[in-house]
Amino acid sequence: MRRSSDDRSFRLGTGAFAALVLLLVLGIAFELTRQSMLSIAKFGLKFWTTSTWNPVSGDFGALPFIWGTLYSSILALLIATPIALGIAIFISELSPRLLRQPLAYLTDLLAAIPSIVYGLWGVFVLVPFVRKLEVATPDALKKIPLFNGPPLGVGMLAAALILAVMVIPFTSSVAREILKNVPSTQREAAYALGATRWEAIKVAIGFGKSGIIGAVMLGFGRALGETIAVTMVIGNSPQVTASLFKPQYTMAAVIANEFTEAADELYLHALIEIGLLLFIITVAVNIISRLLIWSMKRRVVAPIAAPIVPAEEALA
Amino acid sequence: MTANLRRRKLFSRVFEVLCALAVVVALIPLAMILFYVIKEGAGALNWDFFTKMPKPVGETGGGMANAIVGTLILIGIAALFAIPVGGICGVHLAEYPETKFSSAVRFAADVLNGVPSIVVGIFAYGLVVLPVKRFSALAGGVALGFLMVPIVVRTTEELLRLVPGGLREGALALGATRSRAVFSVIVPAALPGILTGILVALARVAGETAPLLFTALGNRFWSTSLTQPIASLTVQVYTYAQSPYDDWHRQAWAGAFLLVMIILTLSIAARLAVRRLERMNRP
Repeated sequence: MRRSSDDRSFRLGTGAFAALVLLLVLGIAFELTRQSMLSIAKFGLKFWTTSTWNPVSGDFGALPFIWGTLYSSILALLIATPIALGIAIFISELSPRLLRQPLAYLTDLLAAIPSIVYGLWGVFVLVPFVRKLEVATPDALKKIPLFNGPPLGVGMLAAALILAVMVIPFTSSVAREILKNVPSTQREAAYALGATRWEAIKVAIGFGKSGIIGAVMLGFGRALGETIAVTMVIGNSPQVTASLFKPQYTMAAVIANEFTEAADELYLHALIEIGLLLFIITVAVNIISRLLIWSMKRRVVAPIAAPIVPAEEALA
Repeated sequence: MTANLRRRKLFSRVFEVLCALAVVVALIPLAMILFYVIKEGAGALNWDFFTKMPKPVGETGGGMANAIVGTLILIGIAALFAIPVGGICGVHLAEYPETKFSSAVRFAADVLNGVPSIVVGIFAYGLVVLPVKRFSALAGGVALGFLMVPIVVRTTEELLRLVPGGLREGALALGATRSRAVFSVIVPAALPGILTGILVALARVAGETAPLLFTALGNRFWSTSLTQPIASLTVQVYTYAQSPYDDWHRQAWAGAFLLVMIILTLSIAARLAVRRLERMNRP
C-alpha cells in the first residue's frame, strides 16, 4: 500500500516539473502576444505587407524584415541541403567504419561553435572575401538583378553563406539518424536485384523520405531564427530586393539591433510582434519537421516513444 | 559488362565522389574558423585578458575580467533553476516514456529547442525586465535558463535510457520503491554522463549572445549585482567586433578563442562519458 502511494507521488512530483516545460511554451506564446497588442491593434494585417519603418512617426511595416529572413533562409537551405545530405549519406552509407565516428563528431562540431564566433569570422574573413568576389564580378553579370548592387561585402550573399554553414550540421545529423533507421533489408533487397550502390542508397532515401524532409525543415527553422551572425554580416538595411549583393535586414536582426532603442511603447510592441511571428513560424516549422521525422521512425521501430534527438546530437 | 551497366556503375561512382566532396566542403569552413580563432585569438590571450577591466575607449590594453565573471554569474543563475527543472523532467520522461503526457512534454521540449534564442530573450524581457523597468543580470540568467531547460531534459532522458535495464530490475526486485530505484540506483549510474551533458548545455548557453542584448544588456564596469546590467563574454565580443579599434578586434578574437576552447573541451568530455555508458550497456 505504502509502495503504491510512493509511486504515485513520485509520478506526480516529477510530472509537475515536466508540466513546467509545457507551461514554458505556452508562456512564451502568451507573453509575446500580450506585449505586442498595441501594434497588432493599430496596424493589423498591414503590418506584414507594408515597408515603412519609421519609429519617429510611429509607422511600422515589417515586410522588408520578413523578406530578408525568408530570402536568406531559403538561399541558405539551397546551399546547405545538398551538402548536408551528401555528408549524411557519406557517413552512414559510404565511409569506412573507422572514419565514421570522427567525421560525425567533426560535422557536429559545426553546431557547437557559438553564433558570435561565426559572426566574428564572418566580419573579418568571409565579408572581405565576398567583397573581392563582388568586385571581380563582370559588369555584364551585374546587369542581372540578382548580382546588382555595390561591392560592399556585407549583404545577402554573406548572410546566406554563413547561414548555410551553420545549418549543415543540424540537417546532416538528423538525416544521418534517419538513414541509420532504414532497415538494412531495404538495401539488401535492392542489391539482390542487381542495384549499384547509388541505386541502393536511392532506395534507402526513398524509404526515409519523410524523415529527410523533416531534417531539411529542421535546418530551415534554425536558419529562420539565427540572429547574431546574420546581424553582423547582412548589412542591416531594410529593403525588398532579389539582389544578392545588396545589404538587407532580417526579423531577428531588427529585434537585436533596435530593441534597447525602442523608447515608446508602440515601437516596442512592433518589435515584439516581429518576435511573435518569428516564434509562430519557427514553432510551425519545427512541429512539421518533428512529425515527419517521428512518422518515419514509427514505421521502423515498434511504436514506442523513440528518441527524436539522439544522445550524441543532444551532447554535440 | 553491358554498356548500360557500365553507365550505371559510373553514375554510382560519380555520386559517391560527390558525397565525399560534400564532407570536404563542410570541413573547410570548420577548419578555417578554428584556424582563425586560434591564429588571431591565442596570441591575443594573455594574463591581462583574464584579470584586467576594459580600458576607456581609445586606450589599448586591458581585459575582460568583468565579462568573464559576468558570464559565470549568468550561467550560474541559469543552472540554478534549469538543472532541477530539466533534470527532474528528464527523469519523468525516462521513467514514463510512453504516456501521452510524456510524449507531449518531449515534443514541447524539442519544439522549444528550435525556438530562436532571441525570442526566448523577449520572453525573459517581458517577465523580468519590464515589471521593474531595468535590465539586470537576473533577466539574462533567466533567459539563458529557459534556453537550457530543453537541452537538459533531453540529455537527462537519453542518458538515463542508456542505463542497463538489469540495474532497475535488480533494485525493484529488492523491494525498492520507484523513487528509491530511480534516485539511488538509476540516476547515480548515469550521473557522470548527465553531469557532462549539463556542462555542455552550460557551455552552449554561455555562447549565446542574442538573448542577452536586452536582458543582461552589458556593462563596461565591474558589477556582480543581480539587479544591475552585467557584462558577458559574448556581448563584449559582439560590441568589440563592431568597433573600429584594432585593439578591441584583437580582444574580440581572444574572447572567441576562450569560448571555443571551453566548448571543445566540454564536448569531448561529454562524448567520452556517453561512450563509457554505452560500453556499460553492452552485454
